[in-house]
Amino acid sequence: MNDNILIRAENVRKSFSGKEVLKGIDLEIRKGEVVVIIGPSGSGKSTFLRCLNLLEVPTGGHIYFNDVDITEKSVNIDMHRQKMGMVFQHFNLFPHMDILKNMTIGPEKLLKKSREEAEKQAMELLARVGLADRSHAYPNQLSGGQKQRIAIVRALCMQPEVMLFDEPTSALDPEMVGEVLQVMRDLAREHMTMVVVTHEMGFAKEVADRVVFLDEGILMEQNRPEEFFVNPRNERLKSFLGKVL
Amino acid sequence: MGNFQERFYLNFIKDDRWMYMWDGLKITLEVTLFATLLGIVLGFLVAIIRSTHDRTGKLKIMNVLCQIYLTVIRGTPAVVQLLIMYFVIFGSVKGISKVLVAVLAFGINSGAYVAEICRAGIMSIDIGQMEAGRSIGFSYGQTMWYIVLPQAFKNVLPALGNEFIVLLKETSISGYIALQDLTKGGDIIRSRTYDAFMPLIGVAIVYLVLVLGFTKLVSMLERRLNQSER
Repeated sequence: MNDNILIRAENVRKSFSGKEVLKGIDLEIRKGEVVVIIGPSGSGKSTFLRCLNLLEVPTGGHIYFNDVDITEKSVNIDMHRQKMGMVFQHFNLFPHMDILKNMTIGPEKLLKKSREEAEKQAMELLARVGLADRSHAYPNQLSGGQKQRIAIVRALCMQPEVMLFDEPTSALDPEMVGEVLQVMRDLAREHMTMVVVTHEMGFAKEVADRVVFLDEGILMEQNRPEEFFVNPRNERLKSFLGKVL
Repeated sequence: MGNFQERFYLNFIKDDRWMYMWDGLKITLEVTLFATLLGIVLGFLVAIIRSTHDRTGKLKIMNVLCQIYLTVIRGTPAVVQLLIMYFVIFGSVKGISKVLVAVLAFGINSGAYVAEICRAGIMSIDIGQMEAGRSIGFSYGQTMWYIVLPQAFKNVLPALGNEFIVLLKETSISGYIALQDLTKGGDIIRSRTYDAFMPLIGVAIVYLVLVLGFTKLVSMLERRLNQSER
């Protein structure tokens, strides 16, 4: 087993009430790698991403995280999820807690950090994304871009080994997309392992180590971005790129 | 007006008759308070079981039991439930405290209504909140406790306050098992003085004041909890 591999998806299948959304996907994600998943809507790319931390339980196949098969029933998935940060399209901040509490509740309750320690770390992360002055604001008082930056650092507070991004900029006003992508770019530069489902082709070209094309629940093509965008081989990919580029 | 003063004296002051209402009020509040607590605990448990079943498909048998409970309690009158509790379930228990019987009957009754209020509250919270909690590494129970329930509670507080008011007024049927609550206290005065107006209006005013006071309390609490939502 290559110990550089952080996540290995093996023949992952998922059906929703009889309709097969994922038809057996194999994918390996190496440590420090940025993998961007693209594909038309309904292609199953979000479902696949959500299978990686078992927010969707696959109907078939296996997910290995650090060589542990987390689809195994006996595995305590909560322990592994602590190491897999996730960022959602709709931010999903906790509206009844201020920003600082949003960020510290995980480390305090799960990692058993003291409040001082958790808050210190949270404030450092907030400063990095330029939101230190909003630590006592509530989510509803923030813009979409700010909320998503908070959501990213909230996940980082758990010191995850991988970050999963589920269309992180799709719900944002256009002028706020940039600030969120910048945070993600910085994260990639620090060699965080990232799996990103997105429609931002520019981001994929610039930041990804590998781009994956999913269509109709099948992994159609994967390649380095230079090759992927310039010399697509799959016909569906060609027509998809023709529409979005 | 002299007549009014005389009647007031006769009904409330003479022979310390106001004590009937005062003692009755204490019973009413005692029953309401403990029945509310029981109702909230029961309702809360049933709501968690039901919403967990709705969302995940687990706890099938528990869910069926809960549904039977809800159907029976909501499908029969509270008076009948109170009478069954006293004369059937505790019928053979000598010297059972009537307050205890009333607390059980009203608590179990209220629990059914609280359950549906709480379930609606839990279901009203966006599924993304549960997913966000789970993605951080919280278990289902932890996510419920730290993230979903605090938000749900805020949403259902007005309905819960309303349920408390309904319960407070409902306890006025305690007289059916000869428990001397506020209503019964007024009624005893009436039977002594043969004057219906004074004691009954008096009782009504006391209930009204209680309800108004409590409504005020709930709206204050609501405003406090809403501070994060401005």
